[in-house]
Amino acid sequence: MENIIEIENLHFSYASEDEKEAAPEVLKGIDLTIKSGEFVAVLGHNGSGKSTLAKHMNAILLPTSGKVTVDGIDTADEERIFELRQSAGMVFQNPDNQIVSSIVEEDVAFALENLGVPYEEMRRRVDEALKDVGMYEYRMHSPSQLSGGQKQRVAIAGIIAMCPKCIILDEPTAMLDPKGRKEVMATIKRMNREHGITIVLITHYMDEAAQCGRIVVMDKGRTVLDDVPEKVFSQVEKLKSIGLDVPQVTELVWELRKAGYDVPAEIITENDCVEAILKLFE
Amino acid sequence: MLRDITIGQFFPGNSIIHRLDPRFKIVITLLFIVMLFSGGTLLCLGIGAVYTFTAIFLSRIPLKMFLKSIKPLLPFLIITAMLNLFLVSSGELLWQWKFLKITDEGLNISIFMIIRIVLLIMGSSLLTYTTSPITLTDAIERLLSPLRKLKFPVHELAMMMSIALRFIPTLIEETDKIISAQKARGAEIDTGSFINRARNLVSILVPLFISAFRRADELATAMECRCYNGGSGRTRLRQLKSAPRDYAALAVTILFLAAVIAAGKLLR
Repeated sequence: MENIIEIENLHFSYASEDEKEAAPEVLKGIDLTIKSGEFVAVLGHNGSGKSTLAKHMNAILLPTSGKVTVDGIDTADEERIFELRQSAGMVFQNPDNQIVSSIVEEDVAFALENLGVPYEEMRRRVDEALKDVGMYEYRMHSPSQLSGGQKQRVAIAGIIAMCPKCIILDEPTAMLDPKGRKEVMATIKRMNREHGITIVLITHYMDEAAQCGRIVVMDKGRTVLDDVPEKVFSQVEKLKSIGLDVPQVTELVWELRKAGYDVPAEIITENDCVEAILKLFE
Repeated sequence: MLRDITIGQFFPGNSIIHRLDPRFKIVITLLFIVMLFSGGTLLCLGIGAVYTFTAIFLSRIPLKMFLKSIKPLLPFLIITAMLNLFLVSSGELLWQWKFLKITDEGLNISIFMIIRIVLLIMGSSLLTYTTSPITLTDAIERLLSPLRKLKFPVHELAMMMSIALRFIPTLIEETDKIISAQKARGAEIDTGSFINRARNLVSILVPLFISAFRRADELATAMECRCYNGGSGRTRLRQLKSAPRDYAALAVTILFLAAVIAAGKLLR
């Protein structure tokens, strides 16, 4: 599989107002490659640099040093910036602040309008994108009539309409209620499974990260863990040391192991956990 | 309490007036205003009234709504009528008290002005009642698009207007939240002296502005992420197509305008 995102030795610091004093580095040398079709969660505490990293994947921020390549395009290449943003769409945390139009279907069409897509094709792609996220019946609604989860799905539809190869979601569920979170996660997973779109999900929810194929854990501007969820969550002490919680299931398994019971360390689903505990009783 | 504020006051519907091309509706409304002001006789005004009420009837929006639209302008109407009534000194004297005089001509003019303004308000309300604000913005952008050649930022203005419309409900909701939050902290917003209330308004406006700027910043980033690059080379999902009924409506309006002008000129 080809790499869709390649990050080499990425350093970044926000330009400081005071020239003499060097601004603190937010990202301190990140190396990361993401393969096409992967479903990756980037997990980290507030201030770990995970959102800053996400903004580099869409050329909203450019590296202070190092290199970021998305779909073969260097993010520093200003001439190809729209090409890049078309193949790597970005969804933000606050659904209200990324919806441009007062009518759902026109908001989904916004990117296509900007790209100058002809009417017939635009109509088809907008309808498809709305059906994909399950918001087709709401196409003539005003965003203010929708719930947070619905708004976020409209925002996702606006990105899908561009036919991107990759979607970067920067804490898309942070402002939603549990129902909205479920809707959005289900939509993202379906996009990955059915359309083969690469997903980079920035989150601080453990249960969301556990649903991904791979987890990258960040702390203080560095990647500290990078593996499948089972392996990442088995490192309970390391996660706790950087201020992250582990899913309840993992915590239970960890406590059991500490107490000397023989359960496998790599359990992340409730069902596996129940089975492992039942086995103990046998 | 702020939720009651409606801007543009659009009544969704499917009448013939609703379905007219918004570009034509704007032009027709402008012609309608010309119509009301081009004839100086009661007959002219009568023709204008027939036109207004026919259009209102066709829109299938209750007349009550149009009467409501006059209400906020009532003080203005009364002042206009008073000024005409007392300041016109020509004509036959009808009534006098110290320096106040009413003449028959003054009475005529003030009644005339009231009818004219009422028709004007009702007729132009019809435009906003039957056209959604976003469609209206779109139509204005297209009508003004020739000005782009003169480097007039037509697209940018329309984009600003539509974003403003999009964020009105969001900001109203936010204002409600801030008011509740400040009340919970003991701010007097509904009570206290006028000056105190005005001062407390600052505690609502400052957070509202800060949040609006933050929203603007995030929205700009989100727009860039969706390849927004100004107005050049854009295509539109919303297609405006003029139908025969649009030309028919325009023709009828022009006919009425001609009739008013003729009535003003010939039957003096």
